[in-house]
Amino acid sequence: MTLIRPNLPDLCRSHISGTNMTMAQDRVTRKWEIFQGRNKFYCSGRFMTAPNAGVFLLTVFLITGTCTLFFIFDCKYLAENVTIAIPIIGAFLFLFTMSSLLRTSLSDPGIIPRATSEEAAYVEKQIEVTNSANSPTYRPPPRTKEVLIKGQTIKLKYCFTCKLFRPPRASHCSICDNCVDRFDHHCPWVGNCVGRRNYRFFYMFIVSLAFLAVFIFACAIAHLILMTREDKQFLEAVKESPPSVIVAIICFFSVWSILGLAGFHTYLTTSNQTTNEDIKGSFTSRRGHESFNPYSRGNVCLNCFHILCGPVTPSLIDRRGIVTESYRTEVCQPTTEPPVPLTNYTVKTPNGPNHITMNTTELPGIYRQTTETTESNAGSVTHLVTNEHPVAIAPALQRLSEDTSNHYKSQPTLNHSPVYNNIYPGSQTLSKSHSYAENINIQLTNGTDKKQTKINVEDLHLDPVVLRENHILANMNERSKYIDSKLDNDLTAPEKENNLMSASRLKLLQDTTMIESALDLDSLEDSSVGANSQAGLMKVLV
Amino acid sequence: MSNHYNNGGRAGETEQMAQPQCLKVFIPRDYSEGTIVKFKNSFPPELEGRLERQTFEATINRLNAYFAEAEEASCSTYCEGCLACLTAYLIYICKETHYEKCLRKVSKFIAEQNERIYEPRGLKLTDPIMRGLRVLEISCLDRPPNA
Repeated sequence: MTLIRPNLPDLCRSHISGTNMTMAQDRVTRKWEIFQGRNKFYCSGRFMTAPNAGVFLLTVFLITGTCTLFFIFDCKYLAENVTIAIPIIGAFLFLFTMSSLLRTSLSDPGIIPRATSEEAAYVEKQIEVTNSANSPTYRPPPRTKEVLIKGQTIKLKYCFTCKLFRPPRASHCSICDNCVDRFDHHCPWVGNCVGRRNYRFFYMFIVSLAFLAVFIFACAIAHLILMTREDKQFLEAVKESPPSVIVAIICFFSVWSILGLAGFHTYLTTSNQTTNEDIKGSFTSRRGHESFNPYSRGNVCLNCFHILCGPVTPSLIDRRGIVTESYRTEVCQPTTEPPVPLTNYTVKTPNGPNHITMNTTELPGIYRQTTETTESNAGSVTHLVTNEHPVAIAPALQRLSEDTSNHYKSQPTLNHSPVYNNIYPGSQTLSKSHSYAENINIQLTNGTDKKQTKINVEDLHLDPVVLRENHILANMNERSKYIDSKLDNDLTAPEKENNLMSASRLKLLQDTTMIESALDLDSLEDSSVGANSQAGLMKVLV
Repeated sequence: MSNHYNNGGRAGETEQMAQPQCLKVFIPRDYSEGTIVKFKNSFPPELEGRLERQTFEATINRLNAYFAEAEEASCSTYCEGCLACLTAYLIYICKETHYEKCLRKVSKFIAEQNERIYEPRGLKLTDPIMRGLRVLEISCLDRPPNA
């Protein structure tokens, strides 16, 4: 598992090798061009949306299409026969809705810029725990921090992508790959995250859209009814003005969900919560543990006022700002970038940079919620457990990639490291029965190819993946049973030797494969993990 | 972990490109009063002997006051918000918000503090907006990173 971020290192490299070149071009680079999230920018950084704006275009099309039909057919009739106010009100509502929609989708939702490498290193140093020198395990620093807000304990989680402790109420959006302040949700319909900066626009959009939908629906129905008054049958009226029927049907079906959403967000606004917090139930008291919303201003009106009319925080990413030399070095300085060859054997997906993928030759991932994390010291989420050695996946990976590609072999850091030494007998045994291994390889690679689409790491908010050799071996064993039962014995041999794995090797693994940081550890609420029996949940994908 | 970053081959390469490296101290945010921007005014031990505790605290308190003013729930900000809402938020295209005005004040204040207090002592404050209002960065210009 690797994190591909071709964008950033490439930029840095080209910058290093061709400083003179960039100078010669004499072109101003703006900050949005080297922005690390997955957002798309338009009009040289003035507007931004989430990576996939397809559904957003559908929304725009639906609203404008329905309104156009309404204005052409119903409005004309109603203006002539009822009152001129109808087109005026309709136009006002339409303009207001579109303005709020465009504001919501094209503005910055409140992205928290990623930490500079120096800041990340400083934070890392602050939270470091002392590991005794002769301890066989490496204890990673705690990845959560607790703060007291108005007497309420709030857990801040460390974001491995942004290298910061997320501020309260912020959350990482896996689609845009950014931490967003006061994250509400990622709304595909508006094609953007909804966060602190654009929540009011979003709310106004929803409310005005609800009014617009009801208004248009009422007008279309009124039009049809008025036509039947003029001594026409209903069917005749329908025949005369089919667009009214289309408009009425579209409005009828959309109005319920829009009204529901508007109601829900009104409730959220009055109680000063976000959808995210509401779904997680962050402020509901449970197990005798008193809990309240520390962000609430105490009163429904004040909450509404503050959310809808309060001060607007300016965009923190300064996307139109000019990239200076120092800014570039700050941003580009890769701290935990994987070694370059590592990216070669991973699959690049069309979704753009920083995409987390499973690689084809890699063995299927084993996702499990570790019980160990909940009982761990200092609430560390990313606790690598003593007998679970992710390093052990390396030889398996190598074996698998032998047939399809030799990239992994050319990976210097892994080959020159002593990583394989302790598991060497295992791989040797395997090479004895190489033909079997080959068979397994083919099957496994085929299998993973098929399952490729299912392995979508970023959307699963799980605890860190802990890859154990015996899991993989178990998978392989399952397959190999059909081929040769002898292989079982051979394969379990290295498992015993795994226990000798030292801390330095684990650390090496972290740096080479980035198992930890390849995952966004925006996990479930710890308490809910504890409460549900999700602990030890295994999802084996073969 | 931090030592380990510096050992990486490519990381080393880029570091040469960087400005002369120096020790940097980061003052984190204080969330005790909610999500309003407020920095902790606990004195960082790294600055011991270079800066008086009172001076540091005065700077931080002043900074916090500016941000409190920016996020203050006053009548004028509410009116501004309501007006913006009534104009379908089109007013933001042509008008600077109260918050932005306060941020300009912060930048001015940081520059002034740097000039008057911090730079003579070999320190430098970075405008928190440059760091996404997450931290206040204080660089010790004449000290190597691992001092």
